Amino acid sequence: MPAVQETIDQVREIDVDQYKYGFETEIETDKAPKGLNEDIIRFISEKKQEPDWMLQWRLEAYRRWLTMEEPTWARVSYPKIDFQDIYYYAAPKNQSGPRSLDEVDPELLRTYEKLGIPLREQEILAGVQKPAADNDEASDNVYASGRVAVDAVFDSVSVVTTFKAELAKAGVIFCSISEAIREHPDLVRKYLASVVPVSDNYYATLNSAVFTDGSFVYVPKGVRCPMELSTYFRINEKNTGQFERTLIIAEEGAYVSYLEGCTAPQRDENQLHAAVVELIALDDAEIKYSTVQNWYPGDVEGKGGIYNFVTKRGDCRGARSKISWTQVETGSAITWKYPSCILRGDDSQGEFYSIAVSNGYQQIDSGTKMIHLGKNTKSRIISKGIAAGFSQNTYRGQVSAHRKATNARNFTNCDSLLIGDQCGAHTVPYMEAKNATAQFEHEATTSKISEDQKFYVMQRGIPEEEAIALIVNGFVKDVIQELPMEFAVEAQKLIGISLEGSVG
Amino acid sequence: MLEIKNLHARIAEDGTEIIRGLNLTVKAGEVAAIMGPNGSGKSTLSYILAGREDYEVTEGDILYNGESILGMDPAERAASGIFLAFQYPMEIPGVATMEFLKVALNEQRKARGEEPLKISEFIARVKDAAGSLNMDMGMLKRPLNVGFSGGEKKRAEILQMKLLQPKLCVLDETDSGLDIDALKIVAEGVNSLRSSDRAFLVITHYQRLLEHIVPDTVHVLYKGQVIKSGDKSLALELEANGYAGVIGEAA
Repeated sequence: MPAVQETIDQVREIDVDQYKYGFETEIETDKAPKGLNEDIIRFISEKKQEPDWMLQWRLEAYRRWLTMEEPTWARVSYPKIDFQDIYYYAAPKNQSGPRSLDEVDPELLRTYEKLGIPLREQEILAGVQKPAADNDEASDNVYASGRVAVDAVFDSVSVVTTFKAELAKAGVIFCSISEAIREHPDLVRKYLASVVPVSDNYYATLNSAVFTDGSFVYVPKGVRCPMELSTYFRINEKNTGQFERTLIIAEEGAYVSYLEGCTAPQRDENQLHAAVVELIALDDAEIKYSTVQNWYPGDVEGKGGIYNFVTKRGDCRGARSKISWTQVETGSAITWKYPSCILRGDDSQGEFYSIAVSNGYQQIDSGTKMIHLGKNTKSRIISKGIAAGFSQNTYRGQVSAHRKATNARNFTNCDSLLIGDQCGAHTVPYMEAKNATAQFEHEATTSKISEDQKFYVMQRGIPEEEAIALIVNGFVKDVIQELPMEFAVEAQKLIGISLEGSVG
Repeated sequence: MLEIKNLHARIAEDGTEIIRGLNLTVKAGEVAAIMGPNGSGKSTLSYILAGREDYEVTEGDILYNGESILGMDPAERAASGIFLAFQYPMEIPGVATMEFLKVALNEQRKARGEEPLKISEFIARVKDAAGSLNMDMGMLKRPLNVGFSGGEKKRAEILQMKLLQPKLCVLDETDSGLDIDALKIVAEGVNSLRSSDRAFLVITHYQRLLEHIVPDTVHVLYKGQVIKSGDKSLALELEANGYAGVIGEAA
């Protein structure tokens, strides 16, 4: 069919310029020597001024990692990663940790302004808006709204964390993980790796050995965090891996909503982002974790782009606790990510809402695990995969109910939408119920944007690109409405941009 | 307004010729009925007018206000005033009818260099159009056509037509699946739009619809050609004697 050939041609012509955040910041950096060995780990630990227990913990993880094999079960393919060809630590000169805004290199502030993330509190509060990479979108930017505190992580360090003082008044600790290790060692020791054990998987173990920065959030008993918290991850330096470590703790009855964003420059080489995120919700606590993942996806030919290999897991440790993951995944060359919930507390709830968009040669293998351990635990999974171009898009999910998890309930809905006929969508659900009272429901559909639908929409005067965007936005609506409102607008635009040129 | 000249068209995928030398002229202000047995090319004609890609025009031309529309895509044709009321309107999950109407109307305005409509003005227009079609505004919050009954879908088509105010309205078997009450409402909707600067192409199997939308001309389509044209009495004749007589004459 001629239409199909056109689609292929158009997909080939996708202009990488559509990735708006592909610029590089010219800044002098401090780097660890290339490669990985125990000295590098000592170097990182020393840079972070860590206590000895942390160093020993890292070294143990490293020794463990040396005995492990890279996993191959995901439906992704890539050349073997040379772990000795990566820099494990890169930080802007004179910036080995967060400091006051006056001391931050103005070039860094400009970078974040360009990304649409103002870091000067007084300006945010005064509603001063800064030009983003694309001016028309800066105005409704969520970060400029004055309701979000930001931890800005640049390569291996957190450069600044905003609204810390205001949050501290409410008893909320929001800082970089490096700072937390120094300032709040008891909390870190109590909770770090309590959800994702050091030896959980290859990348989590690697992360445990070499993690550099990320965020730490602690919301004390009964406190509703007064503002949205967020971390913005930026990879800038060449050949550098980013090893994010984030830990969020909500004590009894606490509530926090946390957002995560990420971008990287356009480069021909692949770069690794291997993160570990752990969430802990005690009795009656609720954590809402939203991600808008927009790492550089690679060029038209599939060259370059970020390998996003992350382990995200939440532990509903307390009774009636709730953890909700919402993700909009549009970036990265390869995504390997399964934000999961361990439903340990009785009557606890886990949710996973996901939109995964792949275009060009992107590969996504993503999904969730809902592990029901407590009684009357509930989980809900809504996954929308959209594949275009030559991409491969896999949903992989596991739902299990332990023998003691009486009356466990799960509802899963996985829909895939294909644009063109060179891409693939796959659904791999695993379900396991070890007691008779568990009730699992699974729905899955795969559809193509039909020519009939597109023709109908266009017949009403809506041009082709807008017609596709309208149909896709309808498709992802259930998930979009789970995002904080300001993010929903951004996410919709991002999905539109990611699919630009995907239709013929 | 519409001039179809010696049109030949085939299915792009397998080359089957469906329209074989079709000639038809419809003037502004005219209501032209297209009748014909199953498989004569009626629906195909409506798709080709609206610019569906699955068909290839191999010969002839379609002139709309004196200019060929063959190089225009469906959205451009729509913005220029061509509207097709579908026999089987598509479901668009997740897109509220109201939202769809707004996007369509404003995209058409944009194509014509007009400002988007103010929300209050838009809502007033929708209320007005929906009221005249006995449609509940609550229904417009639902995703377009999803879970709509056959009658609701057809009404939603006429609602869109009323709102978009096209110049050439093509109705593809709008009467199919309608009970008599719904048929009357739909016909009234169409009749309210009749005007000296607007033309209708009403495709139907049955005389029944034409009792409510009285045509100025009737054309019989058979094997991809217009084999007979006449006034409204031709429709009555077809109703009484079937297509066999007309087909026999032409053969």
